[in-house]
Amino acid sequence: MALVLTEEQQLLRDTATQFFQERVPVANLRRLRDTKEPAGFDRGAWKEMADLGFAGILISEKYGGTDFGPVGLGLVLEQAGRTLAASPLVSTVLLCGSAVQLAGSATQRQDILPAIAAGELIMALALEEGPHHNPTHIATRAVAEGSSYRISGKKTFVLDGHVADRLIVAARTSGKDDDKSGITLFLVDAKTKGVSIERTLMVDSRNAANISFDNVVVSADNVLGSVDGGTDVLDQVLDIARIGLSAELLGLVQAVFDQTVDYLKERKQFGVVIGSFQALKHRAADMFAEIELCRSVVLDALSALEARRNDVPQAASLAKARLSDTARVVTNEGLQMHGGMGMTDQFDVGLYMKRARVAAATFGDGNFHRDRYATLEGF
Amino acid sequence: MEPIEKFRQETREWLEANCPASMRTSMPEEETPWGGRNATWANPDSKVWLDRMASRGWTAPTWPREYGGGGLTKEESLVLGQEMRRIKARQPLSSFGLWMLGPALLEFANEEQKREHLPPIVRGEIRWCQGYSEPGAGSDLAGLQTKAEDKGDYYLVNGQKIWTSYADKADWIFCLVRTDTAKKHDGISFLLFDMTTPGVEARPITMISGASPFCETFFTDVKVPKKNLVGELNKGWTIAKRLLQHERDMISGMGLGSGVGSSASLEALAKDYFGEANGRVASAALREHIAKQKMDGKAFALTLQRTAEEAKAGIGTGAASSIFKYYGTELNKRRYELLLEILGTQGLGWEGEGFTEEELGVTRSWLRSKGNSIEGGTSEVQLNVVAKRVLGLPD
Repeated sequence: MALVLTEEQQLLRDTATQFFQERVPVANLRRLRDTKEPAGFDRGAWKEMADLGFAGILISEKYGGTDFGPVGLGLVLEQAGRTLAASPLVSTVLLCGSAVQLAGSATQRQDILPAIAAGELIMALALEEGPHHNPTHIATRAVAEGSSYRISGKKTFVLDGHVADRLIVAARTSGKDDDKSGITLFLVDAKTKGVSIERTLMVDSRNAANISFDNVVVSADNVLGSVDGGTDVLDQVLDIARIGLSAELLGLVQAVFDQTVDYLKERKQFGVVIGSFQALKHRAADMFAEIELCRSVVLDALSALEARRNDVPQAASLAKARLSDTARVVTNEGLQMHGGMGMTDQFDVGLYMKRARVAAATFGDGNFHRDRYATLEGF
Repeated sequence: MEPIEKFRQETREWLEANCPASMRTSMPEEETPWGGRNATWANPDSKVWLDRMASRGWTAPTWPREYGGGGLTKEESLVLGQEMRRIKARQPLSSFGLWMLGPALLEFANEEQKREHLPPIVRGEIRWCQGYSEPGAGSDLAGLQTKAEDKGDYYLVNGQKIWTSYADKADWIFCLVRTDTAKKHDGISFLLFDMTTPGVEARPITMISGASPFCETFFTDVKVPKKNLVGELNKGWTIAKRLLQHERDMISGMGLGSGVGSSASLEALAKDYFGEANGRVASAALREHIAKQKMDGKAFALTLQRTAEEAKAGIGTGAASSIFKYYGTELNKRRYELLLEILGTQGLGWEGEGFTEEELGVTRSWLRSKGNSIEGGTSEVQLNVVAKRVLGLPD
């Protein structure tokens, strides 16, 4: 497990902590929401994140990245989770950057990775087609025509879809809608004819979009990886995103818990602070236990990625299931323990709860990942 | 060769030469090597194995040599453990003396007491029991009333203990007694005495599992030599707390699935008792429960590992260890409930024909597991401790 941080990692953690607390606090998300900011994230902050090396964390130095690796990225995401910082980290860095790094041709890598690391290119993965994460259910079709493909279909819940410059589209080139094989990834410029993008306003005030593809023509050069071989790439990329989201949720859970315990020590009823009531103490202590286990599974999953262990899928599902579920419990309890104040928009706990639900639903909730874990373990 | 690698090689060779073949199999409960004056050896190899290991002090690998221990460094002790697991060697001795009293004596006892009591523990010659709980002092242990009066050259002990594990089989007891009735925590002392002393009586209690591992223990005018007081008079609570920590560490390891019914995995049993469809447990609901249980178990194991690594690296607060007893025991109880659900009516037999040994073992262990979250500090007390000491919530 990656417990003892290197000097470089400690520096990164300290930098990230300070950056998110000072530059992208929760107030920043409120401002984006209240001003109906068209981009849905703070472009200035994103540029600064790129300058700090956060955007290039998974990208090798050869392509202009910082190559701090998964543990480093986990440290950054945990801090981003603490302040609910909205950024294209998941869409552009975890998903698309990883996909290009894993499956891209030399030309594609050279074309895309340095731009991501510099914070100049926003990308989005167009994958989901229904209300539940289902990475092998792909009805969107791509039909070969000479040296190009014609893509048609509808995608939903595309993170950062309406601000992306380029998309990675998962489309079916062979087989039936639910086949594991026969999926191909395409790089598609967002401005290509036939691409219609509609922003969806989500409860967490972050970016997502519905995207339809109506006979969109792309060159065969835009295939990412091999034809019909998209699932292998998707599996790896999705696990990176699941682990990253778990790290973000760890920060979120810890922040809500800390704020709740502080509130228990300060709010008085019946002439005493409510934290002296055993009914609340036991629930708080129980959450503490669950969160300690959360920290362990996140660190283990990040270590698994970093060491390229062969149990990354299990570690990813273990982390994503536990963090999705614990985030639900801790935000619900946090809200309840804040009483009526927890129901107000003025208090942050509601914002954390909303983000927790969206992050849980992203790339598989507890139900999805328990089912997947059982399958991976052979039962 | 690095010294530690040389140690590993020598250890491996010695274990190969000295560990009897039957000591490299999983241990049936009746062969548990408790030692003591009246030890019984269901398997004679258990005694051979104990004596050989004790001759090197390897029943207590890290205890100092002058008290019979192995004098090993932590690193060497780890290597010994690894090499024992490599050949599936059994632990040579199960003993409250080793797990609980010994560490406390090393920290708090005087030289004479260490020399008198530690070597027989290492050799498995004296079996100890713990005299803590009383009928009126359970979770509120410091409210204990068994009193020891100063009678000049001895203490006169009168009172009653309860839940004394194996008091009917133990040779000696380490016992908390009240030596000052005016104070609560600061009126408790830590005494050692022989269970054959006149006035000591232990009566086994039959538990819901049908077994009788615990006793009621009565003391009527028991005379205890003054040299058997450990630490200072009225300062026994400090020792008691430290000992409880050792006890909790011992119990919290249970969540990882030791004991009966753990040799076969939950999912393998579920496939047997429920059937399977396309490689999956046939019941979707049960499959989900098993996945949840396994994932919680894995997360808990990773937390034990993380805490150990953090301690070794000198980082972290160690706060996670405060949840081990609570989480481990609750996890173990859930595991047995799940095993019972998997076995159905085959998990509800009491004795006799119609049930395998393993099935009956699951039933009894399920009943036994209920005590995990009561003994050594209830789950509720553990949560109180976390709330107060870790979260800083006020009384």
